[in-house]
Amino acid sequence: MRVVVDHVSKTYTDRRGHSVPALHDVSLTVESEEFLALLGPSGCGKSTLLNLVAGLTAPSAGGVHLEGEPARGRSATAMVFQEFALFPWRTVQANVEFGLEEAGLGASERARRARAHIQLTGLAGFESKYPHQLSGGMRQRVGIARALAVDPAVLLMDEPFSALDAQTRQLMQEELLAIWERTRKTIVYVTHNIHEAVFMADRVVVLSRRPGRVLTMIPVALGRPRTEAMLGEPAFLAAVDRIWSLIRSQAQAALREGEA
Amino acid sequence: MSTRLPVPDRTRALERRGHPVVRVASLVTLVLLWELVTGTGWVQPLFLPSPLDVLGTGFEMLRSGELVGHVITSLRRIVLGFGLGALLGVAVGLAVGFWSLAEAVGNPLIAATFPIPKIALLPLLILWVGIGEASKVAVIMLGVFFPMAINTFAGVRTADPLLIRAAVSFGAGRWSLIRKVLLPSALPMIFAGLRLGAGTALLLLVAAEMIAANSGIGALVLNAQNLMETTKLMVGIVLLSLLGICSHWLLARLERLALPWRSHS
Repeated sequence: MRVVVDHVSKTYTDRRGHSVPALHDVSLTVESEEFLALLGPSGCGKSTLLNLVAGLTAPSAGGVHLEGEPARGRSATAMVFQEFALFPWRTVQANVEFGLEEAGLGASERARRARAHIQLTGLAGFESKYPHQLSGGMRQRVGIARALAVDPAVLLMDEPFSALDAQTRQLMQEELLAIWERTRKTIVYVTHNIHEAVFMADRVVVLSRRPGRVLTMIPVALGRPRTEAMLGEPAFLAAVDRIWSLIRSQAQAALREGEA
Repeated sequence: MSTRLPVPDRTRALERRGHPVVRVASLVTLVLLWELVTGTGWVQPLFLPSPLDVLGTGFEMLRSGELVGHVITSLRRIVLGFGLGALLGVAVGLAVGFWSLAEAVGNPLIAATFPIPKIALLPLLILWVGIGEASKVAVIMLGVFFPMAINTFAGVRTADPLLIRAAVSFGAGRWSLIRKVLLPSALPMIFAGLRLGAGTALLLLVAAEMIAANSGIGALVLNAQNLMETTKLMVGIVLLSLLGICSHWLLARLERLALPWRSHS
C-alpha cells in the first residue's frame, strides 16, 4: 500500500493562543514495500507527519491518503512509539494481543497470531512478563510485535530505538531489517540520526526545521540485505556527508535560537 | 609519605531496619500494662475492665449468640453500603473523568456536596427511607461514594496520554479506552480511595448505629454504656478494631491481586 502526503500543512495553537506552524506544504509518496526514513532536526515536525499518517492528528491543509487494495482483516497502519507505550498492566502476550482485540479477533486466533509475532521478535519465553520486568530493548521488541501482529499495510515507527543504548540500538536496527526482509511492510521510519536513516532506508526524506518542509529526498545506493560492514562503504559515507552538510546549518540555527 | 584514608559509608544514618521483635513487643507491652493497671485494682473495672475479663465476656457473648447477631447486622450494613458506594463512585469518577460534559455537570455538584458531614444527613435519610436498614446503608454509601468518585476522577486524569494515543492508534473506541486504559490507570488511586472509604464506612456505621438502631456493634456499645456494662462496651470496641484490621488486610490482598504489575518482584 502507498502513502500519499499531498500538500500538507499543520498548525498548532499553543496555550497562549498563538498559532505555531509545524509543517508547511509537505508532499511525499511512500511506495509499497518501501523503507522510507523521515529525517530532520528536533522539532521539525517529523513526528507530526507520522501522526498525520496514523490518523492521530488532522492536517490544517492538504490531505493524507493510503492507496491500494485494503486487504480484509488487515489494519492500514500500526505505530511503534519512541517511549514504547506498552500497557504496564498487560503481560507481553496481552500487550501483543491488544490491537487484535480491537480488530475483533477471537481469543484463539489472537493467541496464535500473538505467539507467532512473539517468536518473530525474539520474545519467546517472556510471554507472561510485565513490561517493567524487561530491558529497554526487550520492551521495544514488544512494541514492534504489537504493531506487526495486526498485519498493517504500513508500519509507522517514531524514533523507535532512540531511547536505547548505542549497542542495543545497532542490534535492534539489524533485527528490524531482518524482520522487514521477511515481511516486506511499507515502513515510514522517523529518526534524527543520519547514520541510522541511511543504514536502514531505501530513501531518506530530509525535513527542514520548523516549520518542516521537504528539503530533499536522497535515495540510498546500498544493496540489501544491509550489513554492519556497509557502514564503511563510500556510498554510505557519501550519503551521510550530503545529508549532514544540508542540515548542519539548520541544526546550528536551532542551537543559536535555543530550541530544543 | 602517603596516607591511607578510609572511605566512610555515608548512608548508614539512612538505613531502616525491620525490628521484628520490637514490633511484637510493643503490642504485648500495651496489653500487659492494661492487665497490670486493672488486675491490681488501681483502675476500677467500671472504668476499664481487664483484658482477660473482656476476652472472657467476649466468649460468653459468642456462645450465647448475642455477639453473632450484632456482628452480622453490622457486616451486612457495611458491606452493602461500602459496595454500593464504591461501585457508584467508580462509575461516576470514570464518567466525569472521560466526558467533558459529565465533568461540567458533575464536578460542581460534587464540590458543593462533598464538604457536608455525611452523618448530618442521617435524619434526612431516615425521613426519606425510614429508620430501618436502608437509612444506615444509605449514609455509609454516601460516605464511601465521595472519596471513591474523587479518587477515580483523579486517577483517570493522570492516565498517561501516550497510552491513550497508543490505544487509539490500534483502533480503540470509547468503551475500550475506558475499560482497557483509563480504568487500569486509575486502579492505584481507586484502591487508595477504597482504603479511605473503609475508614469512613466504619465511622459512619458506628455513628448511625448509635443514633438509630437496636442492633449492630454501635448499638451494642451504646447500650452497654447505658447499663454500665463496661466489659461489654470494651468487647464492642475490640470488635470494631478487629473489623478495621480485617478490612485493611482484605483490601491489601485485593490490591495485590488486582495490580499484579505493581508487585516489586
